[in-house]
Amino acid sequence: MINRPKILNKGIEKHDEHPDESHGIETLSVHAGARVDPATGSRSTPIYQTTSFVFDDSEHAAELFNLQTFGYIYSRISNPTVSVLEERIAALEGGRGAVAAATGHAAQFLTAATLLEQGDAFISSSNLYGGSITQFGTSFPKLGWTCHFVDGTDPHSFEAAMNKNVKFIFCESLANPGSVICDLEPLSDIAHRHGVPLIVDNTLATPYLCRPIDWGADLVIHSATKFIGGHGNTMGGVTVESGRFDWFQNDKFPGLTKPDDAYHGITFAETFGDFGFTMKMRSVALRDFGPTMAATAAWNLLQGVETLPLRMERHCSNALAVAEYLNAHPKIGWVSYAGLRTSPYFELGKKYLRKGAGAVFTFGLTGGYEAGKNLVNSVELFSHLANVGDTRSLIIHPASTTHRQLTEEQKIAAGAGPDVIRVSIGIETLDDIIADLKQALTNT
Amino acid sequence: MGNTIKPNTLAKNPESPKRHDHYSDRTLRSILSSVRSIALVGASTQWRRPSYYAMKYLQRKGYKVYPINPLRAGQEVLGEVIHPRICEVPSSIDMVDIFRNSEAALDISKEVIANKDDKGTQVLWMQLGVRNDTAAKLAEEAGLTVIMNRCPKIEFARLSGELGWYGINSKIITSKRLRGPHHD
Ligand SMILES: Cc1ncc(COP(=O)(O)O)c(C=O)c1O
Repeated sequence: MINRPKILNKGIEKHDEHPDESHGIETLSVHAGARVDPATGSRSTPIYQTTSFVFDDSEHAAELFNLQTFGYIYSRISNPTVSVLEERIAALEGGRGAVAAATGHAAQFLTAATLLEQGDAFISSSNLYGGSITQFGTSFPKLGWTCHFVDGTDPHSFEAAMNKNVKFIFCESLANPGSVICDLEPLSDIAHRHGVPLIVDNTLATPYLCRPIDWGADLVIHSATKFIGGHGNTMGGVTVESGRFDWFQNDKFPGLTKPDDAYHGITFAETFGDFGFTMKMRSVALRDFGPTMAATAAWNLLQGVETLPLRMERHCSNALAVAEYLNAHPKIGWVSYAGLRTSPYFELGKKYLRKGAGAVFTFGLTGGYEAGKNLVNSVELFSHLANVGDTRSLIIHPASTTHRQLTEEQKIAAGAGPDVIRVSIGIETLDDIIADLKQALTNT
Repeated sequence: MGNTIKPNTLAKNPESPKRHDHYSDRTLRSILSSVRSIALVGASTQWRRPSYYAMKYLQRKGYKVYPINPLRAGQEVLGEVIHPRICEVPSSIDMVDIFRNSEAALDISKEVIANKDDKGTQVLWMQLGVRNDTAAKLAEEAGLTVIMNRCPKIEFARLSGELGWYGINSKIITSKRLRGPHHD
C-alpha cells in the first residue's frame, strides 16, 4: 500500500457551486486576453512582429501541426499579439473563443466558408451594410452559396424562407445605416427550431450596448474597423463562437462533425468540443484562404478597445442629442435613430440596447437629394468619408457611395434611399458637432 | 478534448442541478499541480481520437499516464502498455480520468472507489461531455474529489494561458505573470 502525502493543497474548496466573480465590461476591455509578457514582464502587449515561431524539436513540430499541443507555428494561422485581441473580443461578447481576420468582410467570408458546402444556402436580413449585401448576393453565389434576403424587421419572413439547404440565419443587431434593430430572440428561436445557428453582426452595437450571445446568438461577427478599434485607423474583423451550439444535433455541418480531409481526419467538433468552430475556422479556413490580421493591426485595435465603454457612452449621448436637434430642425424631413421615441425601434432598443442606441443613424432633408448633397458639401467639422465608428463625426450619402452597387429597391430596403444621409457621431464637444450641422443646414 | 458533446444527455441529478456545474480555477489548478499519475480509462490506440490527444498532451506536461481499455489490453499506446482494469496498473494512481460515456462512468467509479486505498487515488475526473451525479455522490462519500464534464488537457491549457493562444476565452484576468499548473 502506498503511503503518500495528501495531494490536494489546503484551502481548496472541494466544490465550487458559485462561478468566479466575472469582471465588468470596463475591466474586460482593458485586461481580457492580455498577459504579463512571460519573457520580459512587459505589461503592455508587445507587437510580435514575426512570421514564424521556433519548434523545440521535430516531435514538438509534429504535435503542433497535428493540433495535439497548443502553440504558435506561423502568423497566418495565429500570432501572440492577434490572439490577445481574439481572446479580448471573445470575453467582451461572453463567447468561448474568437478568430480575427484582416477585415470584417474577411471574418464574414471565413465564417461562411467554415459552415457552407457548395449548394448550401443561408437567410439574411436585408437590413445590412451595403457591402455585406453585395458580398452575400453577388460574390458568394460564385462559390455555390445562396443567400435568401428577407425583411429583417419581420421574424416571420425568416421562417418562411427556411428550407433544407439553409445552414444559418444572419442579421445585424443594430443595422447600418438606418438604426434598425433586429429582434434577436425570435430569430434565435427560429434558427434553433430548424437546427441552424444564428449569426449576428454586432459591429454597430458593440458588446458595450448589446451581447447577442445573451439573446441566443451562436456566432457574433465584428468589423473591428469600426467602434472596436474606434479611431478610424485600422482594418480588422473578428468572429466569436458562443460555444453553445450543438453541431451534432443533425447532419447539416459535416465540416465540423465528420472527419475532415483538410486536417488529416480530425473531427473538429468532437476533438475540440465547445470551441470546435473556432479551431476549424482558424486551422482550415484562415489557414487555406489566408486573410490574416497583422500583428500591428491587432495592437492598434487593442489600444482602441481599451476605451470602448468610455467612447460608446459619449458616442451615444452625443448621437441622441444630435438626433433630437435634427428632428426639431425645419429643414429635416425625418430622422431614423432608435434612441428617439418616435422611432419604430425605440421599444426594441430598450430591450436590446439598454445603454444607448449607438452613434450611426440616418435622416432625410425636406429638400431631398440635392439638399442632402449640399449638406454633405457644406460641413466643416464632419468628415465626408465611407466609414463609421471613428472618434470623429462622419457624414455620407449612402445611395451614391456605400450602397451604390445596390438596385433602387435594394437601396430602399436597406434604408439607403436617394434622400438618405448617414452620420456617425463622434466624441467631439457636442456643441461643436451641432454648430457644424447648424451652419451647414443654413447654407442648404 | 471531448467525447462527442451532447450536453443534454449528461446524466445530471435533477435534485442538485447546480452542483458540479462550476469549479473554481483554484480547485482545478490545485488538482492539476499536485496530481502526477493519471489512469486514462477509455484510452485509444488511434491517433485521431480525442483520448489519444489528451494522453499525448498530458505526457508532454510531465504526467505519467496509464492507459486503460479492456478491449486493447496488452497493446501499446504512446509508449505505455494498455491495462484492462485499474487494479492491474502496477503503480499508484493519483487521478482517474474517465473517457467513456456518462452511463459507463458509474461502474468505473465503483471500481475506482474499490481500489482507491490500494492505489492512493484521490481524484475522480470525468471528461468533457461526461457527467454522472450518482457516481459523483458515491465517490465523494468515499473521500474522492470529483470533477465532471471537463477535460484536463483543456483546463491545463486554459490555466497556463495556452488556450488563449488560439483565441479561446480563458476567463483569466491577472496582472501577475501567469504560471501554468506545472509541478514544482
Ligand atoms: C455593419 C458592418 N459589417 C461589416 C462591415 C465590413 O467590415 P470591413 O470594412 O472591416 O471589411 C462593415 C463596414 O462598413 C459594417 O459597417
